[in-house]
Amino acid sequence: MHTLLRPFAIKSSVDLARLGVILALLGLILFGALRYDNFVSSYNILSFLRYNSMFALIALGMAFVIITGGIDLSVGGTAAMASVVAALFSPSHWAAGLLAGMAAGLAVGALNAFIITKMRIQPFIATLATMLAAYGTGLLLADNQSVSVSYDTGFTIIGQDDFLGFPIPAWIALAAYILGWLVLEKLPIGRHILAIGDGEATAGLMGLKVERTLAAVYIASGTLAGLAGVMLASQFGAGQPTEGVGWELFAIASVVVGGTLLTGGSGSVGATLAGALLLAMVFNILNFENGLGWISLSAYWQSVIRGAFLLVVVVLQAKLMTRHRST
Amino acid sequence: MLLSMQGISKAFAGVAALKSAALEVEPAEVMALVGQNGAGKSTLIKILTGVYRRDEGSVAFDGKAVDFTMPAEAQAAGIATIYQEINLAPQRSVAENIYLSREPKRFGLIDQTAMRRGAEAVLKTFNLDIDVEWPVAHFDAATRQMVAIARAVTQNARLIIMDEPTSSLDEREVAVLFETIRTLKRSGVAVIFIGHRLDELYAICDRVTIMRDGQTVAKSPMTEMPKMALVRHMLGKELAAFQAMAPDEDVPDRPLRLAVENAGAGVRVRDVSLDVREGEISGLAGLLGSGRTETARLIFGADAMQRGTIRMEGRERTYHEPADAMADGIGLVSEDRKIDGIVPDMSIRENMTLALLPKLKKAGIVDRIRQDEIVTRYIRALGVKCASPDQPIKELSGGNQQKVLLARWLATDPRVLIIDEPTRGIDIGAKSEILKLLRSLADAGLSVLMISSELEELLAVADRVTVLSDGTSVATLPRKDLSEAALLSAMAHQAGPSGDLA
Repeated sequence: MHTLLRPFAIKSSVDLARLGVILALLGLILFGALRYDNFVSSYNILSFLRYNSMFALIALGMAFVIITGGIDLSVGGTAAMASVVAALFSPSHWAAGLLAGMAAGLAVGALNAFIITKMRIQPFIATLATMLAAYGTGLLLADNQSVSVSYDTGFTIIGQDDFLGFPIPAWIALAAYILGWLVLEKLPIGRHILAIGDGEATAGLMGLKVERTLAAVYIASGTLAGLAGVMLASQFGAGQPTEGVGWELFAIASVVVGGTLLTGGSGSVGATLAGALLLAMVFNILNFENGLGWISLSAYWQSVIRGAFLLVVVVLQAKLMTRHRST
Repeated sequence: MLLSMQGISKAFAGVAALKSAALEVEPAEVMALVGQNGAGKSTLIKILTGVYRRDEGSVAFDGKAVDFTMPAEAQAAGIATIYQEINLAPQRSVAENIYLSREPKRFGLIDQTAMRRGAEAVLKTFNLDIDVEWPVAHFDAATRQMVAIARAVTQNARLIIMDEPTSSLDEREVAVLFETIRTLKRSGVAVIFIGHRLDELYAICDRVTIMRDGQTVAKSPMTEMPKMALVRHMLGKELAAFQAMAPDEDVPDRPLRLAVENAGAGVRVRDVSLDVREGEISGLAGLLGSGRTETARLIFGADAMQRGTIRMEGRERTYHEPADAMADGIGLVSEDRKIDGIVPDMSIRENMTLALLPKLKKAGIVDRIRQDEIVTRYIRALGVKCASPDQPIKELSGGNQQKVLLARWLATDPRVLIIDEPTRGIDIGAKSEILKLLRSLADAGLSVLMISSELEELLAVADRVTVLSDGTSVATLPRKDLSEAALLSAMAHQAGPSGDLA
């Protein structure tokens, strides 16, 4: 096979599913561009990117967790708590807000890692518990209300300003995805993460440091959720202890739509980004459809439609897999 | 000498698994390690590779005394193990699997080119030319095994342990594996080959070490160990012989109940024919890996039969799942009580009536009175020793657990009962009791297909014995022709000329 074509080689049904999500994203963009006047306007594109960057960050962390065969339900609660922590620290310095928010996320991630690798509790249960704890901590710190951020230290620049014409959150997300791609595809630890998801016991027998690698993955997921919380606080000017509900599900959905198997051992950073953008795009297109005035779908309907969309993707993936396997 | 293990003893919870066992391997030789289930082969290997610690004895590798505390240490010292289930990451590429945890790096990043070239080069030494960037799962079992061996070679292994490497390979693949083993020998690597198929052992191994009951009972060059002698060493002799329980005269013309003709599926069961008549115990003998359990699963509908026919009382039947076979009156008491038999935390009552529950319903609810009747009847009939029917089954001894399992099937009123190793893990007194029970059930009209590794058992109770070798029924011995010598010679049977292996 020619070297240039190598990255595009279809070597498994998963590769096919990934190609599918990218094609679907392109199709949806084309559909929007043809149907709605202002779809490709800079206002729509920039606000789309600004708002959805934090979801993309969480999806990235989730992708790594799911590739190991685990799950991290705590990311929504972590982001909510981190947004409060960031808001509380923002008056002293913008960087203090940023770092404190990320540190809060890292702490939850480290706790998850400890419970899962040392106490041998299943990730689903462990992160369900820390999710509740993180929400509670956020509410306690915020005294059950939004915590306004400081507008004097420049903390709001992180979420609200642009750099080279693009929103700063989008730059941050882009950097995180490039880093994530590098880790997964080019560094040994990325290959180890994949191998662990393929079979933990086997990976151990092959001499991989399973516990340490898993710990790193959960810590990374928590830290990314913390960063998403910082963006949330910065963008909306307040720490939001009641936000973040259902974010973990959006992240899981993005990862799954991106062709990553929930059983672990396979996954792609690029397709995860495509999956997150795709799900967000459904939301965006529904808004435009409402704008045309012919129909009027409430936000609740948007959830229903997203759910239906996810179901279709998952069923298609499953069909694709069985066919690929049986041939 | 490359490896010398001497006087190795190991006990688990006071039960001796190894009693002063020994194993010696020279450089560049293929050593066969054989023995029945529970002979201590895998314990010995696990002590060598650092999975278990030994209680006594010494291990020297490459002239130095060693004491590995975990598998990674043994690997680093040059001892690699290819497990039966081939431990690779199936979705990762061939190249990655070979280099996992030792990836070639350039500027901190994985050097993909070097990894690909290295993998291609090492596979080429085994005449394997495949695209190393495809996932391992894409390739057949033989290729995957080769990848695992290539991984061992790149780790500079001097001794490679292969645990039943041919169990999932077809003949052509076995030939490829053997060529690979010869290549390893030429480069000075020694192999410990754990296997059961005699033809293969004689085709590839230089010497053999035979284990039985945790001890090394014989070692010799392969050429000086006739097959009959090898089998005799492996099986040994049960100390307390059972008295004969089956009538010695051949009872002719009992009607055929279950007839299996030319059954086959995959590589484990190639061509099996056997008969079970009314009111008789039909034995199924053969060495480990000869396909006995797999044959039972085919008859019971637990695995799909690809070839051959099953006739139940004259009618040709196809069983797609166990429920079909059960509807025809066939029951299966499986070999491993712990895994697919008992539900440890449930009571004797519940365990005994598990298969019967659908029939015990009255208005959708379990009819407790009938359940009690049945449970009481079988506890008495089979002599289950228990405090009460509501005692958890895990508190019973192995023999009594086996009786409860037997009762579960008897309560469904079967016409054919397949029973796999009925006395495994049961003390000697209880063994004889279970056998008597089976014999009396047969005398009362039940047809029993009894799988057993113990010749004494078969000689004591069976009306006829079908012998399997390498997935093929090679002999059927009626009661009058049954003897230890006849069984041994049938089990050592050579499954036809397979010159391509030699």
